[in-house]
Amino acid sequence: MATINLAINGRPRTVEADPQISLLTVLRENLDLIGTKYGCGEGQCGACTVLIDGRAQRSCITRAETVGQKQITTIEGPAHGERLHPVQEAFLEEDALQCGYCTPGMIMSVVALLNRNHHPTQSEIIDSLNGNICRCGAYSRIISAVQKAATSLAKSEIGTGARQ
Amino acid sequence: MSETTSIPAPWELERYELTSAPVYHFDFDRREFFKVLGAGVLLVSILNQTAWTQESGSARGRIEGSLPGEIGAWLHIGENGKVTVYTGKVEVGQNIRTSLSQGIAEELRFPIERIELVMGDTQLTPFDMGTFGSRTTPTMNLQLRRAAAAARDLLIDLAAAQWKTDRQHLVATDGKIMDQKSKRSVEYEALVKEQQLAKSIPVQDPLIPAANWTVMGQPLPKLAGVAFVTGKHRYPSDQKVPDMWYGKVLRPPSFGATLLSVDTAKAEQMGATVVRDGNFIGVAARSSGLAAAAIAAIQADWKSEAQPSSKEIFEYLKKNTYEGTDPSGGGDRYDTGNVDEALASTKLRLEQTYKVSYIAHVPLEPRAALAKWDGDNLTVWTGSQRPFGVRGELAEAFRIPEDRVRVLMPDTGSAYGGKHTGETAIEAARLARTAKRPVKVVWTREEEFTWAYFRPAGVIDVVGSVRDDGSITAWEFHNYNSGSAGIRTYYEIANQRIVFHPARSPLRQGSYRALAATANHFARESHMDELANALKMDPLEFRMKNLKNERLRAVFQAAADKFGWGKRKAAPGQGFGMGGGYEKLGNIATFAEVKVDRKSGAVKVLRIVSAFECGAVVNPGNLRNQVEGSNVQGMGGALFEAIEFQKGKILNGRMSQYRVPRFTDLPLIETVLLDRKDLPSAGAGECPMIGLAPAIANAIFHATGVRLRSLPLVPDGLKIT
Repeated sequence: MATINLAINGRPRTVEADPQISLLTVLRENLDLIGTKYGCGEGQCGACTVLIDGRAQRSCITRAETVGQKQITTIEGPAHGERLHPVQEAFLEEDALQCGYCTPGMIMSVVALLNRNHHPTQSEIIDSLNGNICRCGAYSRIISAVQKAATSLAKSEIGTGARQ
Repeated sequence: MSETTSIPAPWELERYELTSAPVYHFDFDRREFFKVLGAGVLLVSILNQTAWTQESGSARGRIEGSLPGEIGAWLHIGENGKVTVYTGKVEVGQNIRTSLSQGIAEELRFPIERIELVMGDTQLTPFDMGTFGSRTTPTMNLQLRRAAAAARDLLIDLAAAQWKTDRQHLVATDGKIMDQKSKRSVEYEALVKEQQLAKSIPVQDPLIPAANWTVMGQPLPKLAGVAFVTGKHRYPSDQKVPDMWYGKVLRPPSFGATLLSVDTAKAEQMGATVVRDGNFIGVAARSSGLAAAAIAAIQADWKSEAQPSSKEIFEYLKKNTYEGTDPSGGGDRYDTGNVDEALASTKLRLEQTYKVSYIAHVPLEPRAALAKWDGDNLTVWTGSQRPFGVRGELAEAFRIPEDRVRVLMPDTGSAYGGKHTGETAIEAARLARTAKRPVKVVWTREEEFTWAYFRPAGVIDVVGSVRDDGSITAWEFHNYNSGSAGIRTYYEIANQRIVFHPARSPLRQGSYRALAATANHFARESHMDELANALKMDPLEFRMKNLKNERLRAVFQAAADKFGWGKRKAAPGQGFGMGGGYEKLGNIATFAEVKVDRKSGAVKVLRIVSAFECGAVVNPGNLRNQVEGSNVQGMGGALFEAIEFQKGKILNGRMSQYRVPRFTDLPLIETVLLDRKDLPSAGAGECPMIGLAPAIANAIFHATGVRLRSLPLVPDGLKIT
């Protein structure tokens, strides 16, 4: 057993666990942050995507011990109370989900994309989301949601000069 | 810790759709209801027997008139101003929670945000065979609307009595009954205060016609979507209760392998609970990591059985047919006219064989169950399309009455026909019984790929003959193993012989979205294209010449118009094709445009146009989502998905080895919805898929002259010699 210190959604968290444990298992099992999903266990489907220092990473193939010094954001992070993140808003407005199981990972990938590229083209969206599978096949709506979120983030940037 | 008792050997699960209903139906007690629900008005929808005839289930499953007065659903209007509706249907992501709520809101004239649907809880909801076969919209939506319409009537009666007035001036609107003359109004909750009124409604209450809908027919997004985009919704695999452990099951190294010896001492030393019971070996431990380590520490010797491989599967299936009836109930044989005579006397006849591979559902959430014993009472949360079926399986496995088992189905991470059976629930419950605490089992992706079941593989032999004018004279169609749904042709042909031949499948096979209809339409619509080509006739014209069904003609024409059929000349490497048909009360025509790179063999689907008609549209936004989703998912089975196996092992049972459609596969998808307000609404989860595979195959032929007759069409690209 090892003591693992993590910074998740801006809060310090400590867990006692097997040193080999994946970040995904720590989130789901030890911290009950169940929004991050298991889909394949080999980084192929994107359901477990979280942000590590702002970059989209697969938590199922990330050892928790290796990310102690980094800032981790899960799907439970981007909303502020009742106020949703523009990407979450856009997914709802475009009805870009069917069963919704891929949605948390998809949203985290989109947040990472829009943080580094404020105005992605359609092919940039497709390239950067290609590691996220939506088995229900809502891809075209997800692309629309990303475009909508990009527009609304650009507008809010003018107002606040800041970006999450 | 080890326990050895005997449970029966794993029972044979039915193939295809599963339909068994429970043996007992207990009288429902009005007072019990109000004790649970609180005061108010309760509407109980009594099932019409015919509503039970499941098109893809067994028509024989229900004995006519034997079970009168079955309850379909109930609806409760509480004095707290909330409407709670109980249905045994479940939400697998096709957003029936939303579309059913729209129906209730429409008929009840009640704000949709104050309606709660309790779904798929065997203790609280009435029995339901399961959520499959595209039956929710044509049956449950209608039942709930009737219950809501009857409730509205009852509320008007209550208001009329309270005001001592004639009900003819009273109308229901937005949760209130209003007197149009005096302009006074009363809210539903005030009317039902301290009431314990229950009413059964076997009657056919008149429903609001589609032309006058205000809530139905609207593109409402997923209800309670906020919980999904914030990660708060708890899927079956997210369930947690205090003191819960994690379970793992020891899997044989190959299908049909038998256990020779096993040593579980190490696993026990690690602190895991080990259960060995008949051919079941599993562990439970305080963490999933420990459970996995304990399973890995078990030493087991197995004896393998000889098994056919995917390379020889089609010959194997044709050799291993058996006489019998198709469990999917679609009919085993259809004969009309004299096929042999017509084939012999027609000059142009064409004989071909088409094949489809086993494919996997790959629901993004794998099977999961959390089981909790409370004495002899068992509660299980699991992702299942058949919570009542799983209840029966659990009762049988543990030899306890069904009323001691409660199965709950939280909205699950998709199913596509893949979650009909209760093995995960049984595994969790078996482990929990010995561990004496709740146990959760979540399958790994590899387990999901290997130990679930597959869409059946199949071989279809077709012979068709045509006159020079394009009229089809004879049609012979033999389907081996892939199922009989959609086996009959909708083209007008005087002489037909259509036969389904069940076969002994080496792999466990079962229900799938658009199951056999995908295979049968692929063969039929490909063969139609081949006949048209042999005649040098336009494939649309050829279809229309042999097609009388107006609804099907309409979708073919609408899709052709949108696609621009016949208006564009194909560039080199470019091809256009079509496919369509009728399934589960819906009508689809799909046109595809492909681009084939002759050098690399890469095939890219550039554009898909589907025209779909399923009666009056309940939710156009969701309907488009279903049509687009069917096309995207269907591309996998059409182009590259196939389960490969050898010596009883799955060779590509990982996400990195089994390709499913991704963003880069996405073509431009255009959907035309034909809204037939004069026709009852039908389901849309399956039918839209069936036209795609033949449309793509026909487009590839158009582009290259290469005729592909096996699904998947181009798992490794197209080799043009």
